[in-house]
Amino acid sequence: MSEHKSIPDIENEIVEEFSLFDSWDDKYEYIIDMGKKLPVLDDKYKLDENKVRGCQSTVWLVSDYKDGKVYFKADSDAVIVKGLISMLIRVLSGHTPDEIIQAGLGFIQKIGMTTHLAQTRSNGLLAMVKQMKNFALAYKLRTAAGETK
Amino acid sequence: MIPTNTISKELDVYAIRQQFPALNRKVKGHPLVYFDNAATTQKPQVVIDALVDYYTNFNANVHRGIHTLAEEATAAFEASRDAAKQFINAASREEVIFTRGTTEGINLVAYTWGRKNIQRGDEIIISEMEHHSNIVPWQILCEEKGAILKAVPQQDGVLLMDEYKKLLSPKTKLVSIVHVSNALGAINPVEQIVELAHQAGAVVMIDGAQSSVHLDIDVQAMDCDFFAFSAHKVYGPTGIGILYGKKHLLEAMPVFQGGGEMIKEVTIEKTTFNDLPYKYEAGTPNIADAVVLKAALDFVTETGKEKIRNHEVELLDYATEQLVQIPGLRIIGSAAQKVSVASFVIDKIHPQDIGILLDNRGIAVRTGHHCAQPLMQCYGIPGTVRASFAMYNTKEEIDQLITGLQKAIKMLL
Repeated sequence: MSEHKSIPDIENEIVEEFSLFDSWDDKYEYIIDMGKKLPVLDDKYKLDENKVRGCQSTVWLVSDYKDGKVYFKADSDAVIVKGLISMLIRVLSGHTPDEIIQAGLGFIQKIGMTTHLAQTRSNGLLAMVKQMKNFALAYKLRTAAGETK
Repeated sequence: MIPTNTISKELDVYAIRQQFPALNRKVKGHPLVYFDNAATTQKPQVVIDALVDYYTNFNANVHRGIHTLAEEATAAFEASRDAAKQFINAASREEVIFTRGTTEGINLVAYTWGRKNIQRGDEIIISEMEHHSNIVPWQILCEEKGAILKAVPQQDGVLLMDEYKKLLSPKTKLVSIVHVSNALGAINPVEQIVELAHQAGAVVMIDGAQSSVHLDIDVQAMDCDFFAFSAHKVYGPTGIGILYGKKHLLEAMPVFQGGGEMIKEVTIEKTTFNDLPYKYEAGTPNIADAVVLKAALDFVTETGKEKIRNHEVELLDYATEQLVQIPGLRIIGSAAQKVSVASFVIDKIHPQDIGILLDNRGIAVRTGHHCAQPLMQCYGIPGTVRASFAMYNTKEEIDQLITGLQKAIKMLL
């Protein structure tokens, strides 16, 4: 189960999967496939407050905190972005706030998707990563505040 | 019958392409197909050379030094103003002001003419197809002055002139309309817009960012009061543009920015301002790019605007013909008069996905709202895919776009 794998382990897994592709078309085909398979987010979550800003396409991101772990759900109206989100969820969801905050996410560069982190793309992968880390930080601070009470 | 010399009427596109070094590069292993010309055009070698020449041979500050380099730089800077004057057929060189680009030109008018002349309750008319740069400066002005901003509605890329007539009233102080829509390519009837506005006693500003490269611009025939455009969309450098204004308006307007160059005499108590056009050119201007603007305008004029236009219209017709055959594809904006911009959406596919996959094949298009969100809201779409064609584009490249689109659609659906 992916829950038991560490974030670096999952990152390595994705890098290995992408090493099988020689062409950009194949890489994108795979990302699009992941995007299509990402479970649809219930309409009740598709609110302005859940939108990730800085995206040319619309991205909704919601999080949940259970037993010390953060879980993410997300959706987008663009399928390549959905594929990218799907990978981020696979890597980050189900880990502790500290693990998420410290995640290096070097796999994005290793699979050649750094262009999506660039400001010019404005598809908000960067904004998405920031938002996920912000959620983790918020849960961490909330827990710490609870413990000191 | 005397045979007409058709060769001279046609653009030798392959000779033209040789002059644009950027077109030789590859993107993701494919030869670049550059269809983002409405955002900015690539630069011909003469423009690149002119920039190098300026910094290599006569870089100096303008209007001040008495040394040779300063004289040469000043002469080139002012020759460029004359070239711009000719390009838009302004009545005098005093009416031609160097700016950073169209956006700064519009802001200059809003901050100077606008602040002086707009009062509480006055009305400013724009249209639904404006670029944000012809919306936001007027919103800021209206907010500051308690004035009202109104927008002429459009339908399928055509301004509704009857609605425009209804909006005009003695309260209308300014009309600021885009000559050619950046998102759709529609050409607006500016002469008629200006005439109607003048009848209502309003001043008219025309946003020429998209029109200057495609259409013959004659600000005197158009009779607009202000006209702004950017060099970088006319094969010139970024960071330089022109604001045209009628002399009597420019003379009566307050200054924009204070500093050197725009003054006649300064004491600690008071400053007298310089004459036109320097009154609006505070500080050391962007001399290099201003000088190079002439090379760009000369290049376009020498190539022949009509020839370029015929070629671009042919490309647009060819592209439109091919595009509409793609199942689920819908062209946005069906104005009869258009420049070479094809803006479209495809059922069930986000424009961004198309843009990413086309880039993968070396094809550069623009996707998104094109800084015209109110227009996209009219259509109820998040944005479009926009392919915009320039003098150096070919039908073969359009074929590649079509193949790229078909492949992208297959991957995405």
